[in-house]
Amino acid sequence: MKYETVIGLEVHVELSTESKIFCGCSTQFGAPPNTNTCPICLGHPGVLPVLNRRAVEYAMKAALALNCEIAEHTKFDRKNYFYPDLPKAYQISQYDQPIGQNGWIEIEIDGQKKRIGIIRLHLEEDAGKSMHQEGGFDTLVDFNRVGVPLIEIVSAPDIRSPEEARLYLEKLRSILLYTEVSDVKMEEGSLRCDANISLRPVGQKEFGTKTELKNMNTFSGVQRALEYEVKRQAALLDAGEKVIQETRRWDEGRKETIAMRSKEEAHDYRYFPEPDLVRLHIPREWVEEIRNSIPELPDSRKARYVREYGLPDYDAGVITASKKLADYFEAAVATGADAKSISNWIMVELLGYMNKNNLEIDQVKMTPENLAKMVQLIEKGTISGKIAKTVFAEMLESGKDPETIVKEKGLVQISDEGAIREIVEKVIAANPQSVNDYRNGKERALGFLVGQVMKETKGKANPQLVNKLFVDILNG
Amino acid sequence: MSLLEKRLTEIHSDLHNKEYTVSDLVRESRQRIDAVDGKVKAFLSRNEAAEEQAKELDGLLSEKEAVGILFGLPAGIKDNIVTKGMKTTCASKILENYEPIYDATVIERLKAGQAVVMGKCNMDEFAMGSSTENSAFQLTCNPWNLEYVPGGSSGGSAAAVAAGEVYFALGSDTGGSIRQPAAFCGVVGLKPTYGLVSRFGLVAFASSLDQIGPLTKNVEDAAYVLQAIAGHDPMDSTSANVAIPDYISALTGDVKGLKIGVPKEYLGEGIDEDVKANILAALKVLEGMGAVVEEVSLPHSEYAVATYYIIASSEASSNLARYDGVRYGVRAEYQGNLVEMYKETRSRGFGQEVKRRIMLGTYSLSSGYYDAYYLKAQKVRTLIRRDFDQVFENYDVIIGPTTPTTAFKIGEKIEDPLTMYLNDILTIPVNLAGLPAISVPAGFASNGLPIGMQIIGKAFDEPTVLRVAHAFEQQTDHHKKRPVL
Repeated sequence: MKYETVIGLEVHVELSTESKIFCGCSTQFGAPPNTNTCPICLGHPGVLPVLNRRAVEYAMKAALALNCEIAEHTKFDRKNYFYPDLPKAYQISQYDQPIGQNGWIEIEIDGQKKRIGIIRLHLEEDAGKSMHQEGGFDTLVDFNRVGVPLIEIVSAPDIRSPEEARLYLEKLRSILLYTEVSDVKMEEGSLRCDANISLRPVGQKEFGTKTELKNMNTFSGVQRALEYEVKRQAALLDAGEKVIQETRRWDEGRKETIAMRSKEEAHDYRYFPEPDLVRLHIPREWVEEIRNSIPELPDSRKARYVREYGLPDYDAGVITASKKLADYFEAAVATGADAKSISNWIMVELLGYMNKNNLEIDQVKMTPENLAKMVQLIEKGTISGKIAKTVFAEMLESGKDPETIVKEKGLVQISDEGAIREIVEKVIAANPQSVNDYRNGKERALGFLVGQVMKETKGKANPQLVNKLFVDILNG
Repeated sequence: MSLLEKRLTEIHSDLHNKEYTVSDLVRESRQRIDAVDGKVKAFLSRNEAAEEQAKELDGLLSEKEAVGILFGLPAGIKDNIVTKGMKTTCASKILENYEPIYDATVIERLKAGQAVVMGKCNMDEFAMGSSTENSAFQLTCNPWNLEYVPGGSSGGSAAAVAAGEVYFALGSDTGGSIRQPAAFCGVVGLKPTYGLVSRFGLVAFASSLDQIGPLTKNVEDAAYVLQAIAGHDPMDSTSANVAIPDYISALTGDVKGLKIGVPKEYLGEGIDEDVKANILAALKVLEGMGAVVEEVSLPHSEYAVATYYIIASSEASSNLARYDGVRYGVRAEYQGNLVEMYKETRSRGFGQEVKRRIMLGTYSLSSGYYDAYYLKAQKVRTLIRRDFDQVFENYDVIIGPTTPTTAFKIGEKIEDPLTMYLNDILTIPVNLAGLPAISVPAGFASNGLPIGMQIIGKAFDEPTVLRVAHAFEQQTDHHKKRPVL
């Protein structure tokens, strides 16, 4: 039977505030275990939470960037459960009045735009981290992460394939990076994703029985886990069996999902309003203030690049996916250099270099101004495109100014017609066979002759000029 | 006469005139504790550094830095208020070894006020109880008759003040836990408006009801202690950001024209005749001073106890979940996995009443029961609050007995929790409404035990509550009587 896949994602994102959501402890990642703690986040007797204003602002900013409505009145609730990494034995979260609701994200699949709804976005505190000692029976807990502000973003069940799920996550990450409320690093756990997935016969209205997938550590891992689950559920349904509603863990090594717990074992979290915090009123002026602080988001920036700079749709998409890369591009273009050339250098050479060396754009030594200068040196004919590759490599290596590199290495293009004519004539004299071939209509021979001149000048001769001189002399 | 019997203002000027020293005050308190606490058993632990701190304060005296409002006064602290470096057990086995690493805001303020903490006072475990019999460690006795309970849950604090062991004490009041033991022990007990005194460092029982307040020998002292501890605390989101009035200057002795509402529900069925007679006599005293006394009604009073036990237990079930043996406190010996560790630790660490309320609260919050219990209780809470609002449209204070009876015998009600719960029937509505209320000595019953009168005020209107209490006190001698020990 043909099935339609229905997926909803629950994404947790750590907000990059300086301090925790309910106390003054630092949120710095990677600090020695249990150093970013205090009586409040450790849940000592008698402590009380005080809400971090910045965390609320970051949550609002994220919610607005995801087209959510911001609640005018909201509150926090306790989610009760026992676990050693949860010091109060409850998590302060938001139950029935999330700070953001009814948003959406637009993805592009097979050239078609598609909106994925966001049901809710709420603010809560993170738990600590349990570390199970290898070969031992002990579990150690690091409470540094306890109380780091989190937003939970729940999508509508609008996602129809594992690929759409990955595209949704990529777009979500891109938008959040633009708003600068999180560094959104899945490998450091600042973005975590759980997925709900079910199948239903094509044309059926009711949802099938869903499973919840956990423990995916990369976006492609999410896609793989969902692909596995589509096959697993389809096989069950084809065999006339039932999908069991349960939570399943993705095992990246074995490339399969494994049952963790069934619905019957699900917790009763006994949510109730957090009596230690007062209700949160969000005046509309505050919402507008936050809205105004949101920069141009990737979709509109991409559209602008296509419109203003004539970049291909794909290239504009790649460059705008990362705010930092797009900022880099714009800084280069701002100097007056040709946008398309800048884009080409970024798309081919720069991204290739970054991927190869696993670098982020802010780790690249070459400044956007220097990239622009180099493009302008090509435009002015000071260096050839070929020489430019050498200059480019040197800029990445040393971060030096392209003019300095050209000067130091003597890479200035020879555009003096007299000087080049001399070499051209020498080459003609030394290669009578190629000259004959050319005259007999073999265009390829010209390339060989030009190459000889370039070899003689160590690539510095202006290629257009060399070409022109050959054609003039041999035809003339 | 003991130095601790002197008026606060007198002690203040005596210290400055070098009549005696803070060390003398602390010595007197210590000697009294040594002499009588073997019988009263009000203290769970003593502050070994008190004498040292007294010396430091004496040093400040000569440097003219003795400016604290509570300068040199020996104090007892209920053992659910955290004290840095001093064990804070909540009278529970589960925190038997817990030594806090920070001070509660009220402790910081007492230190700023330059009081001296003498020790930590016994209480019902986690403040759950009305007799201090639920302490995991010892029974505190009523100084007026050692066979009787001191009330609870701040029974240790009330008994310590009544027995003259300290100058004043701090307690906490969730459903009457300051006022009821104050009434039973014949002292003054004030529960401030919810949000007036910081809860930061008060080990939570029921967060939306808990409030710290003073237990003192007279109203003037209560006003001074309140002055020292009241005020906004950025560490407590529920603490109100309001201007703090001068409570001492409110003690004018004048109640002329004051309108007093007496709820008929507070003098009806179940109220001991002796108690009733004394309260009516007390009202006559106020009337004699020019106050107007009229009967009013708080129609939803009968639902208060049920409402309270759902809300307080629900919050408690969550507040007490952190005592899991993982990070601090006592971890029980156990076999097996994590769940076994939790079970053993909490089964052995908590007493029966605490477990009863955790179960009650867990049940009320469970999915499928939440609407019928917790949510319903919240709605009734609103109705109870409205009852008070309506009366306060026409009256300045509401007055009635603090408790239906005088203190009961140790062991008399401990096997019957429902009867025990009814003890707080007159104090609980005040917590549900978040209002300020004071219990002042209003006479003695034929059994020789004290009777307390409760004066309830509008939110943040402690000045009026204190004024009425003080004016009444000026006309009577009940507060001057001391138990013989």
